[in-house]
Amino acid sequence: MATTRILEWLGRVYVWLLLAFLYLPIIIMALMSFNVSPFYQLPFEWTTEWYASLWQNDQLISATWNSIKIAVITTVICTVLGSAASLALYRYEFRGKKFLQALLFPPIAIPWLITGTAMLIFFFGVGIGRGLFAILLGHVALALPYVIVVVSARLQTFAPELEEAARSLGATQWQVTSRVTLPWIMPGVIAGGLFAFAVSFDQFVVSYFLSTPGQTTLPVEIYAAIRKGFTPEINAVSTIIIVVSMALMLLTARFFKFGGEK
Amino acid sequence: MAGQVAVGSRSGLRSALPLLLPAYLWLTVAIFLPLSAMVFFSFMTDLPLSGKAWSFTLDNYMTFFSQGLYPTLLLASLRLGLEVTLWCVVIGYPAAYVLAKVLKGRSREAIFLLVILPFWSNGLVRIFSWAMVLREGGILDTALNAALPFEINIDLMYSYPAVIIGLVHSYVPYMVLTCYLTLQAIDDSLIEAGRSLGASRLQMLKRVIVPLAMPGLVAGAALIFVPVVGSFMEPRILGGRTGTFYGTIIEDQFVAVFNWPLGAALSFILLAVVLVMLALASPVLKRAA
Repeated sequence: MATTRILEWLGRVYVWLLLAFLYLPIIIMALMSFNVSPFYQLPFEWTTEWYASLWQNDQLISATWNSIKIAVITTVICTVLGSAASLALYRYEFRGKKFLQALLFPPIAIPWLITGTAMLIFFFGVGIGRGLFAILLGHVALALPYVIVVVSARLQTFAPELEEAARSLGATQWQVTSRVTLPWIMPGVIAGGLFAFAVSFDQFVVSYFLSTPGQTTLPVEIYAAIRKGFTPEINAVSTIIIVVSMALMLLTARFFKFGGEK
Repeated sequence: MAGQVAVGSRSGLRSALPLLLPAYLWLTVAIFLPLSAMVFFSFMTDLPLSGKAWSFTLDNYMTFFSQGLYPTLLLASLRLGLEVTLWCVVIGYPAAYVLAKVLKGRSREAIFLLVILPFWSNGLVRIFSWAMVLREGGILDTALNAALPFEINIDLMYSYPAVIIGLVHSYVPYMVLTCYLTLQAIDDSLIEAGRSLGASRLQMLKRVIVPLAMPGLVAGAALIFVPVVGSFMEPRILGGRTGTFYGTIIEDQFVAVFNWPLGAALSFILLAVVLVMLALASPVLKRAA
């Protein structure tokens, strides 16, 4: 019994060490964004000047707006198309359904480097070219499978008898969907939408290959800045990004448990 | 009622199509056609729309095999993938075990969320954050020198270990997630039964827990190995000049050298390797499902 308790105690310590490994660099980066020295020298002296100078950086601001716009449009398109597809996959039986479901995995499983360069070649070849529209096309395709998977998971908890009952009481197909099915899957749809936003807002690789100097997103701009040299401004904007995306995921977790306890 | 269901399934595809078409059309235009175009393009001498003459060729693939550089870099990337995956197993599996079998209730939920939260935050930014820690005169350096009585110089930045650390940091939550899900599904009474039959801790781990958790381990390994082999941003930022891998060479073909046909061929070879890896992992994964 005593050994069990010691082992359990060691286990807890170990998990906290892992959390330290995961969070320390991020916390240090955040702290450095409030440090006076532009070369990250200690001792630490508090300042907000790097955040203030962000507002003067037109390039970063326009890239941020692009990122937000693309993420919002991606979210809207993905929730609508993804929910519709999930409903169809849930409600109807037809040949090739397994195949359609399997098709959702290549976009998730294939490295973004391959998908991104393939998109670059194809969009260039058919005349779409590079730029914000191409980035949007790519982001929606990358986020759609996630939305379909999340909404489908929610649909698994739905009792089909409810639809039958509504139908037998004389509801039309549209009424069944909008009054019975949709309200039930709403948490899944919202979680899927938040996933889509996160996938788009954090996406770097695909955006990188599809952007042009004027039409770019925030992560691409940050990558360019990092390769030129580290500045506290990058820390500041990175800190903002990480806070935004973590807050988003906490929100998502409220709507959708990640396969944890039921 | 039974008739209605039968009608429903017979005309299933026709009713499903309007709902399915927009999503799958989008995936076709933005994923499946581009991947096919890439394969097609990898057999060409030049971009067909640049006005220049082009023809079909095997040269791009010949380049891969004839120049030792490319296979060497592919091997280096595969080794990187293997090393990162192994570290993720070593670090992530015990954590998943503690989460699934030791912690209970609210603290388990909270810590689980904390572990997978960074995974959904910006990967580029997290890699960048390591630069603060690893550089000479950075936090690790300063902290160790303050704590130790003698002078040491930690300058891990722009080195192979830096790339490994950054990638493990990026991907270890995947391993914790997949292992946690399979470990959690193991019935506690199985463990108790083994114990009461006199199995030692080590025997339990070897005979019961690891075999039952195998699908999660393999799923996690596949989810980590595949993107790491194709990584280019992480080696660029943390590896500096030592950070040349297969992914960075592909990036170069598209953004620096502008040899797109060669880039397409290199990408396709990577895709083939990735698909073989996923195929190898799939029997174990199917057993889980």
